[in-house]
Amino acid sequence: MSRGLTRLERGERTVKALTLSPYSLWAVLFILVPLLFIAYYAFTDNGFNFTTENITRFFTATSNLTNDSGETVLVRTYLLIFWRSLKLALISTAICLLLGYPLAYAIARSGARTQKTMITLIMIPMWMNFLIRTYAWMTILQDTGILNGLLGTLGLGPIHIIGTEGAIVIGMVYDYFPYMIMPLYSIMAKMDGALLEAARDLGCNALGVLRRVILPLSVPGIISGVTMVLIPSISTFYISQKLGSGKFFLIGDAIEGQYVANNLHFAAAIAFIMMVVLLASMALMRRLTGRRFYGGAK
Amino acid sequence: MKTVSRVYTALMLIFLFAPIAILLFFSFNDSKSLSVFSGFSLKWYQELFRDRDTLAAVKNTLVLACTASVVSTVMGTAAAVGISRLRSKHLRGVMDTVTNIPMVNPDIITGISLMMMFVFIGSFFGMRTSLSFYTMLIAHITFCLPYVILQVLPKLEQMDPSLPEAAMDLGCTPLRAFFKVELPEIMPGIVTGLIMAFTMSLDDFVISYFTQGNGFQTLPIRIYSMTKKTVTPKMYALATIIFFVILALLLVSNIPDREQDGASRRKNK
Repeated sequence: MSRGLTRLERGERTVKALTLSPYSLWAVLFILVPLLFIAYYAFTDNGFNFTTENITRFFTATSNLTNDSGETVLVRTYLLIFWRSLKLALISTAICLLLGYPLAYAIARSGARTQKTMITLIMIPMWMNFLIRTYAWMTILQDTGILNGLLGTLGLGPIHIIGTEGAIVIGMVYDYFPYMIMPLYSIMAKMDGALLEAARDLGCNALGVLRRVILPLSVPGIISGVTMVLIPSISTFYISQKLGSGKFFLIGDAIEGQYVANNLHFAAAIAFIMMVVLLASMALMRRLTGRRFYGGAK
Repeated sequence: MKTVSRVYTALMLIFLFAPIAILLFFSFNDSKSLSVFSGFSLKWYQELFRDRDTLAAVKNTLVLACTASVVSTVMGTAAAVGISRLRSKHLRGVMDTVTNIPMVNPDIITGISLMMMFVFIGSFFGMRTSLSFYTMLIAHITFCLPYVILQVLPKLEQMDPSLPEAAMDLGCTPLRAFFKVELPEIMPGIVTGLIMAFTMSLDDFVISYFTQGNGFQTLPIRIYSMTKKTVTPKMYALATIIFFVILALLLVSNIPDREQDGASRRKNK
C-alpha cells in the first residue's frame, strides 16, 4: 500500500517537472527577460553605460507649438503626448461603455437564438484586421470621402473630420467596441432574471432595478471591458497615424517613431514609463475594487 | 421598451457594419474613387491576384500561424497540466501572474521588449540583423501561450481528479493515464485553445511589426505597408476576401468567442 503511494507520488513529481519545465523556461526567456531588457535599454545610452538621460528627456524635452489663437507656446513634448493619449483613450472608453452597456443589456435580455446571432454579428468586425477597420474609417471621413459625399447630396457643406482628435476617437471607439460588449454581455447573460423580477416586485421602478441590481452585479464586466478598451487605445499608433493624419502624436506613435529612427534607448524609456503608469493604475484599481483584472487563470 | 431596444440594436449594427459594407462595395468600383461608384468591375481583384508580395504574405501568415498555434498548444497544454497539479498556492500565484503578463501588457510593450532582446543578442554575436521568421515565431508562440493555458486549465479543474487516480490504481502508468483518461476529457479546451491561438497569430499586427525582419512579411504587415502609400482599391478587394473567409469560418465552425473567461485582448490585439 505504502509502496504504491510513493510510486504515485514519484509519478506526480515527474509529471509536474516534465509538463512545467518547457513553459517555465519559455516564460522566463520570452516574457520576463524581455521586460528586463526594456528597463535595461531605458537606463542605458548607446554604449550601454548607465544613464537616466532617457527618462529625464521624457519629462523635460520641450517643443514649440502653435495654439488656436496663433501664438507659439513652449510645451513639454512627451508629457503633452502622454496626456493626449490618456485623454483620448479615456474619452473613447467612456463612449464605448455608454454605447455598449445598453446594447449588451438588450442582447442579454433577448431570446437564446437572437443572443447567438447578435454575438456572432458583433464578432465579425472584431475578427477583421484592425488595420482594415481603421482604414475603412479613413476613406469614410476623408474630405472627399463618403460622409462628405452624402452630406453634399443633402446640400450640407463638407465637414473636416480627418486629422482631428475627434476622428481618432471615432477610430478607437469603432475598433475596440466589441471588446467592451463581450465582457458586459457575458456577465449580464449570467444574471438571474428572477433577481430583477424580485426587485420589481419589491417596488423598484426600472431605474431602481438598474441602479440597485443590474449595475452592481455587472461591475466585473465593466471593469474588464474598460481595461480591454483602455489598454489598446492608450498604446495605439496606427489609428492616430491614419485618422489623425499624423498630426496628433500619441504615446504609441512616440515609441514607434523612436523605433523607426533606431533610437531604441529612448523608445525603451517611453515604454518603461508607460508600463509603470499602467501597472500603478491597475494596482490602484485593484485596491479600490478588490478585483483582479482579466480574472487570471483562476 | 422593446421597440426602443430593437431600434438601438439596429443602429449599433449599422455602426459596426457600415464601414465594412462600404469597403466591400467600393472593391467593385470601376474607378479609383472612394466616394463615387462609376461602374462594376473586378479589376482590383485581378490586380490583387497579380500582386506577388501580397500572395507571399498570405502564405507566410499561414505558415507562421500554423507553426505558432501547434507549438503553443502542445506547450500550453502541458503547462496547464503541470499548473493544475501545483499544490503550493504561492507557486500557483506566480504561474498565473506570469501567464497574465502578455495578455495585460499592451502589444507594443510585448513587441518592443522581445525586439530589444533579439537585437541585443544579435549584436552580441555580431549579426547585422537577428530579426527573422524565427524571432517572429518566438513572439507569436509567446503571445499565444496564455490563450491556450486559459482554455485548458478550467477543463482540467472541472475534471474529477479521481479519474486518473483510478486509472493508475488499475495499473496505468501516469503517462498512459494521462493519454487514456485526462486528454479526452480536456480535448474541447485544447481545440478551443488551438483555434484561438491560430486566429490570434493570423490577426496580429503590432507584435509582428516590431519583431519582423529579413523581409519576412505577414499579411497584416503587408496591409500596413499598402496603407502607407496612397491606396488603390486593391486593398478593398483584399478586405472583401478576408471578410468572406471570416464569415464562412464563423458560420461553419462555431468558433468560440474570444471573450471566454473574460480573457481576451484587443487583438487586439
